[in-house]
Amino acid sequence: MARQPEGPPPPPTVQKLRIRYAKRGRLRFASHRDLARALERALRRARVPMAFSAGFSPHPKISYLGAAPTGSASEAEYVEIGLAERRDPEAVRAALDAALPEDIAVLECVEAAQGTGSLADRIDTSVWRVELPGVRLEELAPAVEKFLAADVVTVAKRTKNGLKDVDARPAVASASAAEEAGCAILHMVVRQVTPAVRPDDVLAALAAVADLRPPLPPRAVREAQGRLDDTGTVADPLGPDRAARTRCQGEHATV
Amino acid sequence: MTGETLYPRLEPLLARIQKPIQYVGGELNAQTKPWESADVHWALMYPDAYEVGLPNQGLMILYEVLNERPDALAERTYAVWPDLAALMREHGVPQFTVDGHRSVRDFDLLGVSFATELGYTNLLEALDLAGIPLHAVDRDETHPVVVAGGHAAFNPEPFADFVDCAVLGDGEQAVGDITDVVKAWKGQGRPGGREELLARLSRVDGVYVPRFYAFSYGPDGTIAAVTRTRADVPVKVGKRTVMDLDEWPYPKQPLVPLAESVHERMSVEIFRGCTRGCRFCQAGMITRPVRERTITGIGSMVEQGLQATGYEEVGLLSLSSADHSEIGQVAKQLADRYEGTNTSLSLPSTRVDAFNVTLANELSRNGRRSGLTFAPEGGSERIRRVINKTVSKEDLVRTVTTAYANGWTQVKLYFMCGLPTETDEDVLEIAELAVEVIRAGREASGRKDIRCTVSIGGFVPKPHTPFQWAAQASAETIDHRLRVLRQAINADRRIGRSIGLRYHDGKPGVIEGLLSRGDRRVGRVIERVWREGGKFDGWSEHFSFERWTQAAAEELAAFGVDLDWYTTRERTEHEILPWDHLDSGLDKEWLWEDWQEALSEEEVADCRWTPCYDCGVCPTMGTEIQIGPTGRSLLPLTVV
Repeated sequence: MARQPEGPPPPPTVQKLRIRYAKRGRLRFASHRDLARALERALRRARVPMAFSAGFSPHPKISYLGAAPTGSASEAEYVEIGLAERRDPEAVRAALDAALPEDIAVLECVEAAQGTGSLADRIDTSVWRVELPGVRLEELAPAVEKFLAADVVTVAKRTKNGLKDVDARPAVASASAAEEAGCAILHMVVRQVTPAVRPDDVLAALAAVADLRPPLPPRAVREAQGRLDDTGTVADPLGPDRAARTRCQGEHATV
Repeated sequence: MTGETLYPRLEPLLARIQKPIQYVGGELNAQTKPWESADVHWALMYPDAYEVGLPNQGLMILYEVLNERPDALAERTYAVWPDLAALMREHGVPQFTVDGHRSVRDFDLLGVSFATELGYTNLLEALDLAGIPLHAVDRDETHPVVVAGGHAAFNPEPFADFVDCAVLGDGEQAVGDITDVVKAWKGQGRPGGREELLARLSRVDGVYVPRFYAFSYGPDGTIAAVTRTRADVPVKVGKRTVMDLDEWPYPKQPLVPLAESVHERMSVEIFRGCTRGCRFCQAGMITRPVRERTITGIGSMVEQGLQATGYEEVGLLSLSSADHSEIGQVAKQLADRYEGTNTSLSLPSTRVDAFNVTLANELSRNGRRSGLTFAPEGGSERIRRVINKTVSKEDLVRTVTTAYANGWTQVKLYFMCGLPTETDEDVLEIAELAVEVIRAGREASGRKDIRCTVSIGGFVPKPHTPFQWAAQASAETIDHRLRVLRQAINADRRIGRSIGLRYHDGKPGVIEGLLSRGDRRVGRVIERVWREGGKFDGWSEHFSFERWTQAAAEELAAFGVDLDWYTTRERTEHEILPWDHLDSGLDKEWLWEDWQEALSEEEVADCRWTPCYDCGVCPTMGTEIQIGPTGRSLLPLTVV
């Protein structure tokens, strides 16, 4: 029989909180593991009463949802935490935000509403904005058109098992070109498929179909995540939790 | 503009390299002050990768001590991996600090902390990337003053050509004195240029300025004389010693990286110095006397540090933590205080002593129970008498068995190989020990899944120790002994499969030996190796033994000496050693006597509990042992 640590089992989870946070500025270079470490320590500094797993190596109850790649900024990263004591979600948000480095901002914290399903089931798509310094709109717009017109755009993707050919086209639900301050901007809505199609892969696809080769490293920001509906809209994954809370509290909830 | 951020130029490069997070700074508790706010600007370097350098306590302490001064500013810089270094050269981005991303070239001082000799080539790489002339003599008054510190600075001669000064001993107060000197000199309009500044620095206690000392050599290659080139510099430079550790509770706000580092825990130094007298141990010799932090001082550092970092593990650091006069109370009261918080406390490797198992049980009762580590260092009782780390085989087996019986399933044992007077038989006893430990441990714990890891390193004789005269074992000898040891451990598979053996081949140790006991002539070898691409010598994937041996052969030939002369040659009693003009407080005659006693397998007791044996440190340095017990207790924490 497996050995058990002495003493009572850890207290159970009594409240689940869902958090949206941003990684910005120089911390776009943080990896998923870096962010996870930072978050766990910040939860301790903020004295959030975490629930822990049982066993010899107790771990705080934290579930991470797919992280933006290292090097990409994001305004919409999600994580769910389990608490052993109830807390006001807004107070947790503020305390956690204060405990994290400046370039990580805790934007929202809501209590998971029962019976509304898991957070992971509400996320299947990312909304990206990619700045392309040194590229003009006149170069980007036709490249995007060519890409969207293609049925298949194969790009080589570096994986654990070496280079692998991936079709980047089907994952991209929509894409458009814009310009701000003389810098071309690529907006796109990309489905979270396996193997993942990331902004880098779409850029490789643009190079393949239209020979678009940005002279400087592009800067990608994930602006939103959620479920893509038939109209092409990406729904806020915390919406159902917020809606449930609004129903409970009448008209007092804020947006 | 001086002190301007390089980040906009660096950022595009970061998108193209491995682990960019290590170069962006912004760690928890990092500081960036406005450049103009300070009179004196320090860049502090740990000459290894960020993941190794960031947790370094010495650098963290000085960073905080300096930044607390309103007239000083300190930022950190680390060795840059080759992927980024190549891009930096291509795009003209110089060595930068991770805090303000400022060019290291813009600072008044570049402080580099040498914990190990294998960081020397990384200093040259950083100087070159910074645009600072490699040789101190080629620098003018606009270049940073390059200051070396850390344990390896107790023999700065191998890197003397590349630094402007070296600081011996504790840095907390020395960096303040240096700051004062630089500030005054700058305020006066830099009178006398760099030469005058260095002359003033040479008058600061603990500061050695190599250019003011010249070496001459005899026909046999040994040092004939060390002479001063200025009459106003000290004949002998003594080390600095910080007394009353409670007055220096640093780091108060330990840095917490986002990136993974080698120590995912917070550390509190519970005492400095060691008088156990292990003859191989340079740290124990050069950091005397013992100065304890009090139980209340420890308690407040632990609490403040946990609050500031969010770490869940605290290491109680020192050279021999279980020897703290109140360690039992420290362990019990801290464990009581953090009951139910998932905070675990740990001691670094400890002496083999049953008391240490009790301590470890106490410390781990709130958190994760990882492995236990003991450091018997020598395989046989005979060799343990030679190194003065005496423990009988019976006590050793009994202690480790007690650990298994108390629920610890992983025990790590540290040993050295290539010690003076060592034979194959001494090393083979490690195998016998490990086998007996597993047998007795299985019986005591009633379990088959206990493990013992034997970690073994090649011994390198170090300056300012009784073994400074010893012949270092050759790489072939080390490799041979490790081979027979491995065979002996694997002889009985039923036991052998519970024993892990961790070791490195003997080659890096030979180069470490050259750099440890080398003199100023060795600088040419270091420079040659760096010019041929050598850096990150502490990393096996970057270290090239062939590059070192070839550079040593070619650069040293002109002096009539070679690699073996520096490593496997035993020194005679009156040979002038390259560090004789640098005073760690240890009396050279006492060191020689202790070396002779080692050869006749005589032990010496710890002066904490027995009368003084006249090593020389306290009278020379005007210091004394500071130990408890204080009898004080930790107050319960008030819940906020």
